[in-house]
Amino acid sequence: MNLLQACLLVSSALFCIGLVTALSRSNTILVLLGIEIMLNAANLNFIAFWRFSPAGTAPATGVIFVLFSIAVAAAEAAVWLALVIALYRHQQNIRLQEATRLKG
Amino acid sequence: MNLSASSLWLIPALPLLAAAIGALTPRGGRSLASGAAIIAMVGALGLSVAALGTALAQPAVHLTDNFTWFSIGTDAVRLGWLLDPLTAFMAVMVSFVGLLIFIFSLGYMKEDANFTRFFCFLSLFAAAMLGVLVANSLLLVFVCWELVGLASYLLIGFWFHKPSAAAAAKKAFITTRIGDLGLLLGMLWLYHVRGTLLFYDGGNGVLEPSSLALLSHGKIAGGIALSTAIGLLIFCGAIGKSGQFPLHVWLPDAMEGPTPVSALIHAATMVAAGVFLIARVYPLMLADQHLANVSVHALTVVAGIGAITALLGAAIAVGQNDIKRVLAFSTVSQLGYMMLALGVGSWVAAIFHLLTHAFFKALLFLGAGSVIHAAHHEQDMRRLGGLGKRMKVTFATFAVGMMALAGVPFLFSGFWSKEGILHAAHAWPVSQLPLVAGLIAVVLTAFYMTRLVAEVFLGSPRSDAASHAHENSPVMTVPLVILAIGAVLLGLIGTPAWPWLQSNLGGVVVPAESIFEGPGLMVLSIVLVCLGLGVGWALYGWRKRRDAFAPDPLAAAMPGVFAALAAKLGFDEFYALTFGRLNQLLAVVADGLDRWVWGGIVSGVAWMGEALGTFDREMDESGLNSGFDAASEKLRGVGNAYSRAQTGEAHGYLRTLAVAFVVLALLLLLGGVL
Amino acid sequence: MNLSFALIAFLILASAVLAATRRDLIHSALLLVGNWLGVAFFYLWAGAEFVAFAQALVYVGAISMVVLFAVLLTRRTRTELPLLVATRDRVVSAVLGGLAVFGVLAVAVLRTPLDINPAKPAASVSMLSLGQQLMGPHAAAVLIVGVLLTVSLLGAVVLASSDADGKGEAP
Repeated sequence: MNLLQACLLVSSALFCIGLVTALSRSNTILVLLGIEIMLNAANLNFIAFWRFSPAGTAPATGVIFVLFSIAVAAAEAAVWLALVIALYRHQQNIRLQEATRLKG
Repeated sequence: MNLSASSLWLIPALPLLAAAIGALTPRGGRSLASGAAIIAMVGALGLSVAALGTALAQPAVHLTDNFTWFSIGTDAVRLGWLLDPLTAFMAVMVSFVGLLIFIFSLGYMKEDANFTRFFCFLSLFAAAMLGVLVANSLLLVFVCWELVGLASYLLIGFWFHKPSAAAAAKKAFITTRIGDLGLLLGMLWLYHVRGTLLFYDGGNGVLEPSSLALLSHGKIAGGIALSTAIGLLIFCGAIGKSGQFPLHVWLPDAMEGPTPVSALIHAATMVAAGVFLIARVYPLMLADQHLANVSVHALTVVAGIGAITALLGAAIAVGQNDIKRVLAFSTVSQLGYMMLALGVGSWVAAIFHLLTHAFFKALLFLGAGSVIHAAHHEQDMRRLGGLGKRMKVTFATFAVGMMALAGVPFLFSGFWSKEGILHAAHAWPVSQLPLVAGLIAVVLTAFYMTRLVAEVFLGSPRSDAASHAHENSPVMTVPLVILAIGAVLLGLIGTPAWPWLQSNLGGVVVPAESIFEGPGLMVLSIVLVCLGLGVGWALYGWRKRRDAFAPDPLAAAMPGVFAALAAKLGFDEFYALTFGRLNQLLAVVADGLDRWVWGGIVSGVAWMGEALGTFDREMDESGLNSGFDAASEKLRGVGNAYSRAQTGEAHGYLRTLAVAFVVLALLLLLGGVL
Repeated sequence: MNLSFALIAFLILASAVLAATRRDLIHSALLLVGNWLGVAFFYLWAGAEFVAFAQALVYVGAISMVVLFAVLLTRRTRTELPLLVATRDRVVSAVLGGLAVFGVLAVAVLRTPLDINPAKPAASVSMLSLGQQLMGPHAAAVLIVGVLLTVSLLGAVVLASSDADGKGEAP
């Protein structure tokens, strides 16, 4: 197991922790935090590959990608803040399992 | 004057035009309809006289003008016009007598509301009758023959609101139709054998020697020659039309029509058409005379039926009380004489008698019409009487007609024409029975005519109608006088001293000896006439009938016979019992067939259609609809099943994603891609 | 090298696990901040300085504030809700699912023959070249991300203020 694989394992573990958080908690904010964790794990993956990529490939692609990912994560955070507020206004708590209006 | 054969069609065309004008004239246009009819008849008379002139120039020749009516493939139906002395004499007679009767009708039908319709039908009849005379094709004869029958039906049933008149018209039409069936069959058979129906066609006509040879040598089952069979079938038409036994039953009933109609159609012209037809196809009837090994000759049958009819008609006339019925049966009897003459071999004698009969019978009928008109339609002899003093012209002319019919010797045409027939019957080699029948009929004829004249004109009036009768206007009496003159003068052209008519009709000069072998028969017939006149005078003229209800002297003498004669020998009742019942039975069978069999089939088909429709609907509803409904339910069920996956829980979705990712990754891993 | 990496890894994972399991939201949020710092350290270790600064600025600076705002705005009571049976089932299935995913990923990672040369680290990216990359070939992406940010912020404002009835507490 080389270092890259260790990095990838770490990011996988972080991804799974984020997934478990998102799946198991009933508080909407925690679910969203889980999603943020997963995003971070993905970013870790990118940088790990960037770090150990062979020379000669486009040098800045990984970095740029992660930059964009962070920017999008910021936008997304703003949106889910508004969502949580709207949800709270609607059902007076932020339990995710009660938001089933889209049930078919 | 001359008229060529090609212009012969004008003779029937003029009255036809008048009929068309009459048909289109409204009820008020009396002068137009009658004027057109009379002018047309005058024109036809003029043309007929011109045709006579042409025919007399060459009496032995048949002038023809043939044309093709239509052709189908290689066959062509040809028609034509024929001009010979027979045609010409008949045409002159028909148009002359017809003209006089038309003029008489102007007065007779003056009070009738349907005056224009009457003249229209009269013109139609005249056109059709003239068409029969000038036709050169048996087909054309048949067409005009049927038209004549139609005109007769229309005129007999002129007063159609009278049930008896309507029934009489139907009876006349149906009875003559039965005869016409035979004529049609004969015509078709002739066409089948010869391929043409033209009489004279430059050697190819059916009456020319080549055809006759062929037809007389053809034999059919029963040992009779082909020409005999065809001739007898054509004779069937003549039996019907000329009221011969056994189809004579329609003629007395036809007296329901107006008297001018009776005079024109049922005395002078239409009933004579049968005699004319046989005279026209006489070569065909003669064709089997030379054959020795046939079972029956055509002319023998004709003679037999003629003899029976002559006797039968005269006998029944003795027992009748209605003026017109007496005259009707007298017509039947005289037509029998004509057929008898044809049968014993002398068509010339038959035609001569036909011409004289036309005049004196029309005269008698018009005289009867004059009497009926004056006595306000009283027709029963027993209720008339004493009209001789009140209607002198009618009495005089009626007496002339009566003497001509009875055969009062030398002065009157009827005597000469009847003598011709009796002489021909005497000369017949086959049998003398027709002569005997003819002689008996002479007695009876004189007897019943005396009875008629005595009861109607002599004595004193036996009813109000008779006592108030007076002579009619000249428009009715002048034709009577003209006809009376004709009844006398016509005899002059046929006496043995100057057989002008016989020579010109036959085309060969007839020596006097052939129609007069000696005074024996003439004396006998004169004696018989006097006998008949005498007995009649004794019974009816000497002791005149006192009132209408007194029994007939003859009834007192022989009640059974008289009753049978008065009942017309029961022919009508016999026919009703047999053929009438048969017809009803057939009608019931046909009705049953129609209702149950054909109607059943139609209903069955309809039911099947309905059943098919119901079956279709059931299939549609249960099969298709249910099928579709079930499919739709399934789809909805599937949809419902799928929608259960939409729980609305975000956790669930995410969990599903994760599981799906794991499964996908496992597949890829184990598939060897990763 | 490996020691620092191990420490950073431990920080990241431990803070994440702890953040996931805390009952109190504020604790979770603060622990997550630690997680994000750890990630930033990792970026520094990997030689991507700019990204590390961006991570610290955005995540630790802005997004943690957003999280705290959300937590504070939606607080109802201090009482904690009981754990429902369904919730326990969900946790179990979530853990199982997570383990399954991790298993798959780990197997994938370990079985892939990844070819690296650890002795030769990738050249650091200078700020100048990064700027030139952003404004050159990736200019369109930059613009789009700018639009995205604008739209999402506007949308967030609309979402958060669009309740006409005024149900619940106004923020």
